[in-house]
Amino acid sequence: MSLKVGVARFLGTNCDDDVRKWVTAKSHTAEYLWFENQFNTNEYDMVIIPGGFSHGDYLRCGALAAQTPVMKSIREFAAKGKPILGICNGFQILCETGLLPGALLRNQGLKFKDEWATLKVNQSKNAFSSKMEKNQLLKLPIAHGDGNYYAEADTLKKLQDKEQIWLTYEGKNPNGSLMNIAGITNEQKNICALMPHPERALYEWMGSQDGMYLL
Amino acid sequence: MKLGVKIMPREVILDTQGRAVEASMKSNGFNTLSQCRVGKFIELTLTTTEASQAKAEVEKMLKEGGLYNPLIERYEIQTGE
Repeated sequence: MSLKVGVARFLGTNCDDDVRKWVTAKSHTAEYLWFENQFNTNEYDMVIIPGGFSHGDYLRCGALAAQTPVMKSIREFAAKGKPILGICNGFQILCETGLLPGALLRNQGLKFKDEWATLKVNQSKNAFSSKMEKNQLLKLPIAHGDGNYYAEADTLKKLQDKEQIWLTYEGKNPNGSLMNIAGITNEQKNICALMPHPERALYEWMGSQDGMYLL
Repeated sequence: MKLGVKIMPREVILDTQGRAVEASMKSNGFNTLSQCRVGKFIELTLTTTEASQAKAEVEKMLKEGGLYNPLIERYEIQTGE
C-alpha cells in the first residue's frame, strides 16, 4: 500500500531530502510539512521528523522546534494513533514535545559520534518494526552530539515493562545512554524514535541496507 | 523590566560540560577547584513594569514555553540588579 508521508521541516533540518528519497524508494509519496504551518492530519498516513539541527539546537536540542505550529498538528496526529517516526533530532524533538518520555543529553565523552552502530531489536510490535524480528541485529549509522538518553528510574522501568525499548546499542554504547537505549516508542507504539539514521543505509553501496526494514 | 533566569543541570544529571571545564582548569594548575557545573543565564526584558506580573510571565515561559526542561534542569528567577 502506498502511503502519503509528511516530512517535517524546521530551520536547520538537514536530512529531509534523504528521508524523502527513502520514502519514495519504498513507493510512498512524501510531502514536506513546513514548521510555521499546521496541516490537515486526515491528509497523511504517516509523519517523519528527520534529523538535523533544528533552530540551531539553541536553548536545548529540539526545544524550539517543539514549540512550533507544525508540532501542534503532529500532536493531533499522534492522538489519532497514526504512525510518527523521529530520527536523531526528530527523537530529541519528540522528547521535548513530551510525546516520548525522557531527554537526550550531551554524549558522554563530549564527542560528536559519526560512525556505524550495531543495534538490537528488542521488540517488533511498533509501527515501524513490522519487517523486523525480535533480537535481530541492524547495522545503521549514527551522527550526533546529543544522543545520551536519560530518563528517571521509574520511567525506565515503565519503558521496560511496557516494551517501549525498541532498539539498543549492541557491543559498544557510543554516547552513554541509559540501558544502551538507541530507540524507544510510546506506550501505544505508534510514536517511534531512534538516534541512528535509517535513511542513510538503504543500498549496498551505502554500507548497509538495514534502513529498509523500517518502512 | 528586566529579569534573569539561571538554568542549571539537575544534580542527578552528569554535567559533561562542567566536567570538561573542570578538567581543563585542573590541568592548568587551578588545584583549589573541587567542582565545576555549567548552566546558562537568560536575560528577559519585558514590557510590563509590574514585578509580580513580570515574574508570573517568566514562570509561564519556563513551564509552558519550554524555556527549561524540568526533567534535566532547575531554574532560579533573578529580579532586580
